[in-house]
Amino acid sequence: MTAIIRIRDLGREYRMGSELILALRGVTLDIHRNEYVAIMGPSGSGKSTMMNLLGCLDTPTAGEYWLNGEEVSRLTDDALARVRNREIGFVFQTFNLLPRATALHNVELPLVYAGVRGRERRERAAAALERVGLGNRMDHRPNELSGGQRQRVAIARALVNQPSILLADEPTGNLDSVTSEEIMEVFAALHARGQTVIMVTHEPDIAAHAERVVVLRDGQVETDRVNQGAAA
Amino acid sequence: MPLLEAIRLAFRTIWAQKLKSFFSLVGVLIGVTFLIAVVSIVQGMNRYMVDRFANTLIGANTFELRQRPSINMGHVTHEMWLAWQRRPRVSYADADFVRDRIRTPATFAKFCEDRVSVHYDGKVAKDIDLVGTEDTYFRIRNYELAAGRAFTAQEVRAGQPVLVVGHELAEKLLPGLDPVGKVVHIGGLPYRIIGVVAPQGTLFGLSLDKFAVMPFSAQARRLICPINILDALIVRTDDPPQMQVAMAEAEAAMRSRRQLKPSEENDFAFQTAEGALGTWQKISRILFLALPGLVAISLVVGGIVIMNIMLMAVSERTREIGIRKALGARRRDILAQFIVEAATLSAAGAVLGIGFGLVLAFVVKALTPLPAAVAPWSVAVGVILGVSVGVVAGVYPASRASRLDPIIALRAE
Repeated sequence: MTAIIRIRDLGREYRMGSELILALRGVTLDIHRNEYVAIMGPSGSGKSTMMNLLGCLDTPTAGEYWLNGEEVSRLTDDALARVRNREIGFVFQTFNLLPRATALHNVELPLVYAGVRGRERRERAAAALERVGLGNRMDHRPNELSGGQRQRVAIARALVNQPSILLADEPTGNLDSVTSEEIMEVFAALHARGQTVIMVTHEPDIAAHAERVVVLRDGQVETDRVNQGAAA
Repeated sequence: MPLLEAIRLAFRTIWAQKLKSFFSLVGVLIGVTFLIAVVSIVQGMNRYMVDRFANTLIGANTFELRQRPSINMGHVTHEMWLAWQRRPRVSYADADFVRDRIRTPATFAKFCEDRVSVHYDGKVAKDIDLVGTEDTYFRIRNYELAAGRAFTAQEVRAGQPVLVVGHELAEKLLPGLDPVGKVVHIGGLPYRIIGVVAPQGTLFGLSLDKFAVMPFSAQARRLICPINILDALIVRTDDPPQMQVAMAEAEAAMRSRRQLKPSEENDFAFQTAEGALGTWQKISRILFLALPGLVAISLVVGGIVIMNIMLMAVSERTREIGIRKALGARRRDILAQFIVEAATLSAAGAVLGIGFGLVLAFVVKALTPLPAAVAPWSVAVGVILGVSVGVVAGVYPASRASRLDPIIALRAE
């Protein structure tokens, strides 16, 4: 199996005034194509830092990060933007949809920055919305949609540019348990179709949907195990 | 992000906040309104002054030899006025002397005028401009006769009591009658109307058709000029260079006749259409010099307002910027988005300003005798200024937006 993510001794330190905070201290991790991984850990464990680094929103202060065969740990801002656009589909806890734009336009956004024009862009965005079951909500604005529907729009947006990894940050944090289950079903279906899914969460019952659970503590990998229950 | 995309996005954002957007572009709007309106009015005024004022009152390629200028638009001090009054007046003999010494082909007419009352059958027309002149005057003025005929050189020599009247005078004093052949009275003296001049229109709303022309040698001359004295000798040449030559010849002739020393100033004056326009041209030049300053002030204010609005927009939309960056927007995409938004806002202000300016110009045109002529270049300048103000005002907020850290921006409320 090819490792779509190869992380070696990844470190990230922050300077808070005179204090030096080591958020990540030497994480080594491989994630393969079509894996479904949950990254867990208590607050302060380095989960968010890990998520930012995996999402190419931030660069490490030590170590290497290879994404889909490209070393991305030393790239410039604009090069990182390109990587985010092509390789990563984000799903956030707070959905992060543009409030004034319709569902369709929200889903079109990654394609706008990928340089896809006009009709092709609309067609691809519409198809992505169809896939998450929102074909009849394209012209609705986020405030006209339920929480679950908003998260589906966000998933459609994350997938519209066919990224290497779907990166979800507490994707069910703002949803009730019934809706959470629905979103987890969407993730499972995507995974079943071959999508690599990485999910950062602190909820064990959400992490239980993943095939593999990586637990961080104090900026290091504490455990990395295959989740027997979910594999089926 | 392609430019068209950015412009569409800008319009959507601006439209979503109509009122706020409108207030933020008021500065640019006022600046451009001002530009268009002032340029239109000054240009219209210019055209009017050249076409109507100067050429009606004096005529092209024509100059008048006078004791003092009669059309004064600049400031004439009391001392200047007194000095002018002390000058010798232009006499018949002066006029003949000058005429004999101008070798440039030209048409001459002795000229004097004043306001008189004209009577007919118990009716009075007051404030009539009575001109005493020669038969050549009609040619100099390009007067066309609507009825009857002009007087002849012979009638001038004989001092015949004949009158050619303006259109309005004829209609007021002799309504419904054929004026030709009627006898009117001026200062108790009978005058026979022999012709009517075709309508001349108005100037600044005043009629140019309330006049009467008679031979300068006719009896009523004592009502308008002392015997032997003229208001002016009018000289019309064929083109501007010839006019300059003729004027120089006239000046030399007058100086030698008046026996002026080289150090002494002329004790006579030449009046030309350009001369009469001189002061106006000075005024319009000052307006055109002051205009960029005035426009610049409102545009600078407008630009600062837009910059502030954009800075507010950047902090209000930090989250949006974070989202866009997470989805792959590069710095230059964000930069372009906000600059285009500022430029679109400002250009919208400029377009509204052009609209208001045109309306203002047309209102002035409709309500006053001043014509307003819209200068196409001012419209172009308005649009260009509008866009550039927006671009300049947008650069700083946009560069702040583009440098935002996506992680921090995503966390913003």
